[in-house]
Amino acid sequence: MKYMLMMNTPGGGPYQIARWPQQDIQAHIAFMKDFARALGESGELVAAEGLAGPDQAKRVRAGGDGKPITDGVFPEAKEFLAGYWIVDVDRPERAYEIAARASAAPGPGGKPLNLAIEVREVMSAPPRDLLE
Amino acid sequence: MTAREPRTAGLIEGLLRELAPQVLGAVIRRSGDFAASEDAVQQALIAAAERWPGDGVPDDPRAWLIRVASRRSIDQVRAETARRRREELVVSLVPAEDQLAMAAGEDEGTGGDDALVLLLMCCHPALSPASAIALTLRAVGGLTTAEIARAFLVPEATMAQRISRAKQSIKGSGVPFELPAAEQWGERLAAVLHVLYLMFNEGYTSSGPELTRVDLSGEALRLVRMLRRLVPDDGEVMGLLALMLLTDARRAARTGPAGELVPLDEQDRGRWDRAAIAEGVALVTAALSRGSVGAYQLQAAIAAVHDEAPSADATDWPQILALYGLLLQMSDNPMVALNHAIATAMVRGPAAGLERLDALAHDARLAEHHRLDAVRGHLLERAGDRAAAQQHYRRAADRTTSAPERNYLLMKAARLDEPG
Repeated sequence: MKYMLMMNTPGGGPYQIARWPQQDIQAHIAFMKDFARALGESGELVAAEGLAGPDQAKRVRAGGDGKPITDGVFPEAKEFLAGYWIVDVDRPERAYEIAARASAAPGPGGKPLNLAIEVREVMSAPPRDLLE
Repeated sequence: MTAREPRTAGLIEGLLRELAPQVLGAVIRRSGDFAASEDAVQQALIAAAERWPGDGVPDDPRAWLIRVASRRSIDQVRAETARRRREELVVSLVPAEDQLAMAAGEDEGTGGDDALVLLLMCCHPALSPASAIALTLRAVGGLTTAEIARAFLVPEATMAQRISRAKQSIKGSGVPFELPAAEQWGERLAAVLHVLYLMFNEGYTSSGPELTRVDLSGEALRLVRMLRRLVPDDGEVMGLLALMLLTDARRAARTGPAGELVPLDEQDRGRWDRAAIAEGVALVTAALSRGSVGAYQLQAAIAAVHDEAPSADATDWPQILALYGLLLQMSDNPMVALNHAIATAMVRGPAAGLERLDALAHDARLAEHHRLDAVRGHLLERAGDRAAAQQHYRRAADRTTSAPERNYLLMKAARLDEPG
């Protein structure tokens, strides 16, 4: 079963990591690299991406002519998606374990950030015949 | 083996995949190292797939593959051969790799046993089902890591790690390359059947672009057919093969033109595969007449009753109810209990089925399961309670993790808004 693990970061401007001391930024990046490598080695990693900061983000809607209408960023938004992992695991509890490890990524002073990670199951396809 | 000089790539691929477990078995017997031998055989298979279409199939393709695979793992193999040479007092100036190739002819006839030992090893209970399926597809099925990765929609590197870890687990657990002792036979064979059953179901439940993917259900069918040749007298092996044939027979009818799910009672039975049904029915009949009834045989028998019914209305539900009753005594599977409730409704009416569902709602494994709501929706619809049926269809749709099933349930709910 596949799960998407979404890491949200508080809104209100650029990623807060940008304002951390250099050594804390390095520790955070090193943690994320190790984390992805470990998921690859355990044979569970399907995909992982970090997203560019919210100040680059656009909101897009189709106009009456089908052409895109873009809006700027929303500094009032409480939180933003910072990145995600898709993992393929044997049971949901394993996805939660992985999410907890991501949540404990180091922040300022090396203390765990404990960010909330949203865990969502990826849809699969048809089950056996219904009403058999 | 005599080469029949197959010319097309498809025939060569079929030959290679059939030979894969025999070659691997022979190489493991010589090197004693499952993981290294498996890598080496994979490389030999790739080399053959590249060269044979142009160069022609060698006279003895099995010996060719063994020779090439052995060359690839020669470092590991050489030490072992040296030991054997000392022990057996075979004094020879023939290089180790040629000895290996010559030895390939020694054990004609053990190819089948090797394939069985391999299958038992790859489906060892020490492995998680996902790992066992992947390893079986590669080591016994002769598929490449890239093909297996595509089948599961994961990156090739991830699948390579999964297979590599599975091989290390087997190495770590110290399973010898031999048939299990008699007292373990039942448990180990059951593990193989379970892995092949899950592989078959995976073919039904994974999504993605169909054309580029290995057909996992077909692969499971091929492997269980092989198992049946190796273990011809086991009722549950026959039962599982029958179950797969009888389920797969409906494949063309179970999805509509837009890929939507078509439930059994709405399927166009003219599109069912009659040859597969005939083979499955004959198998399950033969298996059941042997006396020791197992869960796969019972599931196959249920599938056979459906497949033999000329229409949904003509289905022999009393017989299906009786078979689910037997299955329920044999296993504590909540899905079996749900199906038993459906059969109860079909025989004794929706109220009796709903009563069974009320009892099942106390089962913690089912209480929050979307299938309980889906079945309740169906039975309420049959009972004429459209509003309640709609509510349960929607609740089920909210919670299923299968996209086609969600769409099906939403359509069922939406249809109840139309004047019926």
